[in-house]
Amino acid sequence: MNNPYLPVKAKIINVKPQTEIDYTFRLETAIKVASGQFFEVSIPNVGEAPISVSDFGDDWIEMTIRNVGKLTNVIHKLKPGSHLFIRGPYGNGFPIQQMSDKDLIIAVGGTGLAPVKSILSQYCKKTIHLKSLTLLTGFKSPADILFREEIEEWRKEFCVELTVDKDDTKNWTGNIGLITGLISKVSISDITNTQVITVGPPIMMKFSVIEFLNRKIAKENIWVSFERKMCCGIGKCGHCKIDNTYICLDGPVFNYYVAQNLID
Amino acid sequence: MGYSFNISTFNNVLRELSADYIIYAPVKIFNKGVFSDTDLVTYGQIKTLEDIEFEEKSHFSSKEIFFPITQTLFYFTEDAFSLPKISPKKIIIFCRPCDANGIQRLDQIFLKNGDLMDNYYNELRKKVHLFVLECKYSFDTCFCVSMGANKVDRYSAFIRRAGDTVLCDVSVDFEDRFSKYGTYVNMTPVFIESNDIKVDIPEKIPKSIFYHKLWDEYSERCIACGRCNVVCPTCSCFTMQDIFYEDNPYCGERRRVWASCMIDGFTDMAGGNSFRKNKGERMRFRLLHKIHDFKQKFGSNHHMCVGCGRCSDVCPENISFTACIQKLNQAVQSSDQRGLKS
Repeated sequence: MNNPYLPVKAKIINVKPQTEIDYTFRLETAIKVASGQFFEVSIPNVGEAPISVSDFGDDWIEMTIRNVGKLTNVIHKLKPGSHLFIRGPYGNGFPIQQMSDKDLIIAVGGTGLAPVKSILSQYCKKTIHLKSLTLLTGFKSPADILFREEIEEWRKEFCVELTVDKDDTKNWTGNIGLITGLISKVSISDITNTQVITVGPPIMMKFSVIEFLNRKIAKENIWVSFERKMCCGIGKCGHCKIDNTYICLDGPVFNYYVAQNLID
Repeated sequence: MGYSFNISTFNNVLRELSADYIIYAPVKIFNKGVFSDTDLVTYGQIKTLEDIEFEEKSHFSSKEIFFPITQTLFYFTEDAFSLPKISPKKIIIFCRPCDANGIQRLDQIFLKNGDLMDNYYNELRKKVHLFVLECKYSFDTCFCVSMGANKVDRYSAFIRRAGDTVLCDVSVDFEDRFSKYGTYVNMTPVFIESNDIKVDIPEKIPKSIFYHKLWDEYSERCIACGRCNVVCPTCSCFTMQDIFYEDNPYCGERRRVWASCMIDGFTDMAGGNSFRKNKGERMRFRLLHKIHDFKQKFGSNHHMCVGCGRCSDVCPENISFTACIQKLNQAVQSSDQRGLKS
C-alpha cells in the first residue's frame, strides 16, 4: 500500500551559505513542485520538519534553511554528496496563474523571502507572466540579508526595495526601518489589478497587511503564507489546525479574505 | 439475527473466535486505579465473558488498539528503511455505542481528511470488528444522546448481558460462529434514550466568542496535563519522534506518539514561535474542535465529540466539559454579548 510517511533519499548537490545561520541546500530530485509548497525534510534518528521550497528546476529543488532547531543544527553540518530525506511536496502554493497580467507586489520579512524566491526566478526566466513585479524585502540587519547575488540580478529585471530594521555596521547606505515603511511608499498604479503576497514572521505579516489595506488594496487581492508546526503534512497530525482549516491541506497560502478569520 | 447463550456457550463462541481474532473488551484491573483502593477499568485482551466489565464505564477509550500510543512507522539502518510487521490476526472490540461512534470520527480524520489515506491507521482499522455492548443505564457524566452518539447502526454483533444469559444480535459475517452454540431468539438492540446531562450546542459560533472572558477561568484552572486528550475516543493528534538505539546510533526508528493540544509545546516551532499560550485558548480550541469545527469541516451530521464524558471524569481540576459547552451556549445566545473583552 502507498505509504505517505516513507521519505525518499535526495542527494545534496550544493550548499550555499547565505548568512551565518541560513544556508541554501540544492537537492537532486525530479519531484515537481509549485512555488509556496513545502516538504517534510528529515534525517533518520534526528527528526523531521516542514521546510518550504525556495527554488526549483527540472531536476533539483532548493531549500533555504535557518539553523534554529534540533534537525536544522544537523542539516547545517551536511556537505554536498550527503543526503536528506524528503516527502512531499505538500500544500497549495501561490496562485500564480491568477496573477498573470497583473501588478504583483511581494512584501517579505527575513526567511519569508525563501518561499517566494521561485516566483522571482521564474519571472526573470519569463516562465511566468506578470504586468509588473515589485519586491519589498526586510531583514533584521545587513548581516541577515539573503540571496545577495540574486537580489542584484533581480534589480535589473524588476523593482526591488530592501530595508533593514537596524544597522549595526555603520556603513549601510540603504533603507533603515520596518518593511511597513516601504509598503506605505510603494507605487501602486492600478489598484484593482494589483495583487499582493506577504510572507514573514506573524507580527510582520499582520502589520504589512494592515498597511496594504491602508493603501486600499482589497482583502481578496492579498495573499499570505502561514508557518505552523506540521508533523505529517497530510491532514492527520492535527498540529497545524486552526478552526476548521488545516494549514498543510488548505494552505499554507491563503487569501487574506480567508486568513483574516483564522484565529489560532 | 438474534441468538441466546448461557455463559458457557458464549465462552465457546469466544474460544472459537480467538483462533482468528484478538479479542478486546473493557476489563477491570484490581487496585490499579488512580486513587488507592480503586480499580482501573480499561480495554484489555479477554478470553471469557467473565473477563468483560459490564457494569462500569471504561476510563480509557478503545482507540489505542488501532491507533497505538506509540507506533513505529519504520525502522532505519543507516539510510535503508523497513516496515514493522503487524499480526495477521483480526481484531474484535467489545465497546459501547459512544466508543463505536468515536471510531467513525477517527476514520474521518485518518482516512478522509485530505487526499492521502493514513496507511498505518487503515491497516489496523480494517481488521477491527465491533461487538457493541448494550448500555443498561447512563453513567454520571454521559451525554451521548445530546451528541447523537447513543446509537449505532453498523456492528458485527450487539451484546446484552442479563444475569447469566447473553443475548446477541449478529451480523451475517458472524452468523456461523454464533449459530453453532446459540439458540435462535428475537433480539432488538436497545439504546440509551436519555442522559441526566443534556447540552445545547450553538449552531453558529461568532468569532467574537474567541475573545470572550468565559475562557479566562480555564487559564486559571487548567494545569495543561492533557488527560482529557488521552482519554478522548476522538482525539487523533500525534507527533513524529525519531529514536536511535543506544548501542548503535545508525539504527533506530521513526515513531508517532499521541500529542495533546492542551499540553505546552503543541504548536512550538523551531525559531521560537508558538500559539495558544493561555490554557483558556487551548480549552477553546479543543472544545470548538469537538463541537463545531469537525462538523463544519466535513459537512457531517455529527460533531466530533461522542458525549462519553471521560474528559470530565478524568480532569484533576474538575473541569466539566459539558458545563463549558453550556457556558459557551449562554454566551453565544446572550444578544448583548456581555463579557466580551474589548
